[in-house]
Amino acid sequence: MPTAPAGTLYRGREGMWSWVAHRVTGVLIFFFLLVHVLDTALVRVSPEAYNAVIGTYQTPIMGLGEAGLVAAIVFHAFNGIRIALVDFWAKGPRYHRVMLWVVVGLFVVTMAGFLPRHLMNVFGGGH
Amino acid sequence: MATTQSTAAVAAPRSPYGRRKTTRGNYELYSWVFMRASGVVLVVLVFGHLFVNLMVGEGVSAIDFAFVGGKWSSPFWQVWDLLMLWLAMFHGTNGVRTIINDYAQRDSTRGVLKGLLYLAFAIVVVLGTLVIFTFDPCPANADPELLASFCTA
Repeated sequence: MPTAPAGTLYRGREGMWSWVAHRVTGVLIFFFLLVHVLDTALVRVSPEAYNAVIGTYQTPIMGLGEAGLVAAIVFHAFNGIRIALVDFWAKGPRYHRVMLWVVVGLFVVTMAGFLPRHLMNVFGGGH
Repeated sequence: MATTQSTAAVAAPRSPYGRRKTTRGNYELYSWVFMRASGVVLVVLVFGHLFVNLMVGEGVSAIDFAFVGGKWSSPFWQVWDLLMLWLAMFHGTNGVRTIINDYAQRDSTRGVLKGLLYLAFAIVVVLGTLVIFTFDPCPANADPELLASFCTA
C-alpha cells in the first residue's frame, strides 16, 4: 500500500526548487539591470557624476552585494542552459536531476574562482 | 476459431479534428524559443562583461569614467554592450511578463504591472542605446585627471 500524502500542497523536489531559484534570481538580475543602465548613463552627465556614483559600488557593503549578484547570475546562467537541454536534448528530461547537481558543481567552481579575486579587489588586498 | 475481421467503413468526420481553434498566433511559442536562444548568447556576453570588469586588473575598484571611456572608444565593446543591453532587456522583460501573468490575477492589476514594465523597458533601452552611441570619452572642459590617458596624449 502506498502511503497517503499528508496534504494536498505540492512539494516538488529538484525540479520545483530549481524553477523557484531561477525565478527569484531572474527578477533580482532584472531589477539590478535597470539600475545599472541608469548609473552607467551618468557618463553622459559628467565624469564627476559618474565617478561619484560608481564610487558607492566600491564600498565593502556594495562589494558583498556584487558578490551576491554575480552568484545569482552564475546560477541563472548555468541553470538556464540546463533548462534548454531539458527542452531540446532528447535525454534532457531523464537527466534533469543529475544536471541540476552539475549546475551546482559548476556554480561552486565558478564562485571559488571569482570570490577571492573580487573580495581582494573590494577589501583592498592588492593596493 | 475462424473469425474474419471485417474492415467496416467508417463515415468521414464532418470536420477535421482540432483541439482548439487558434486565435492568437504563435506569440508564446516564439517567446519560449527566444528565451532559450537569447539566454545562450547572454551567458557568453554577460560572463565576458563580468570577467573584464570585475576580474581583470583591480576589478570593481578600477572602474571610473576613464575606464568606461577606454572601453567605449572601441567599436568592439560598443557592439558588445549594445547587444547585451538589447538581449538582456528583452530576455528580462519577457521573464517578468511571464511572472506577472502567473501571479497577478485581476485583469486591471496585470494591465498596470505590464504597463509599468513596458515603460521601464522603453526608457532603459532608449537611454542605454543613446548613451552608448553619443558618449564622448574626452568631453571638453572636463578635468583631464578624470579622463582616459589618450584624451591628453
